[in-house]
Amino acid sequence: MLPVTTILFYIFSAILLGAATLVVTARNPVYATLYLVLVFFNAAALFILLGAEFLGLILILVYVGAVMVLFLFVVMMLDINLARLKEGFLSYLPLGLAIAILGVLELAAVFWTSPLGHVPAPAAIPANADNTRVLGVLLYTQYLYPFEIAAVILLVAIIAAIALTLRRRAGTKTQNIGAQMAVRAKDRMHLVDLREPKS
Amino acid sequence: MSAGQPTLAAYLILGAILFSIGVVGIFLNRKNVIILLMAIELLLLAVNINLVAFSRYLGNLDGQVFVFFILTVAAAEAAIGLAILVVYFRNRHSINVDDIDELRG
Repeated sequence: MLPVTTILFYIFSAILLGAATLVVTARNPVYATLYLVLVFFNAAALFILLGAEFLGLILILVYVGAVMVLFLFVVMMLDINLARLKEGFLSYLPLGLAIAILGVLELAAVFWTSPLGHVPAPAAIPANADNTRVLGVLLYTQYLYPFEIAAVILLVAIIAAIALTLRRRAGTKTQNIGAQMAVRAKDRMHLVDLREPKS
Repeated sequence: MSAGQPTLAAYLILGAILFSIGVVGIFLNRKNVIILLMAIELLLLAVNINLVAFSRYLGNLDGQVFVFFILTVAAAEAAIGLAILVVYFRNRHSINVDDIDELRG
């Protein structure tokens, strides 16, 4: 009788690998995106099995909730000619598959034989373990500077994404706020003397 | 080895297979930039699974902190990549990699 953690590991791994295969072979990019959501859910389950609850939940919230929605948005927004993109779909499959299988076999051989693959499994996680607290302490002490650099990277990404996609169409009526702020009262109103000149 | 846990090798092989699927995806979908970006997400996820597994089995939380940073950078990369894709599609009405040859001499 296998322990329940091992059974869950194999179930989640099988679904993850199947969904990942479907991501790269799906005909329609919308299906590929939805299969990628399934991949991320199973990866989150594996993270939680490994005791990384915070990262598992972050993977669901950030990846499924934000990044994959962004992908879906772009896939549905673009009107793609699928037939042209699928030309020569299978021409590199034999070579790619051969390289992939060779790589997996080599890595698997190394992992099974090296002592690293047989590191004794750690003791079960105690019920009151607080992964989020420990990770937070580590992030705000030892990894404070990398953490702030990560924040700056996100800021740069926001600015870059907005700057890239911002488009000014000619002929649209918009406020020119600079001109509005720079206006003076004496520029606004001209007093014209309408009295008849005395002759 | 205590009962109830898959070995570390099982997790590492899972990561290796997922990485290979990502590489095959890059081979197969070399014309479709969106699927290429998704294949890159698969590669990064494979690396993340390895890091979390090492972090658990070696009893060191630094691996999870690195996964955190990888997730940050991957999110930024996806956002900028998709923005570039949208701009490119707006100009050329295609996302075919073969059409991106403006810089070819």
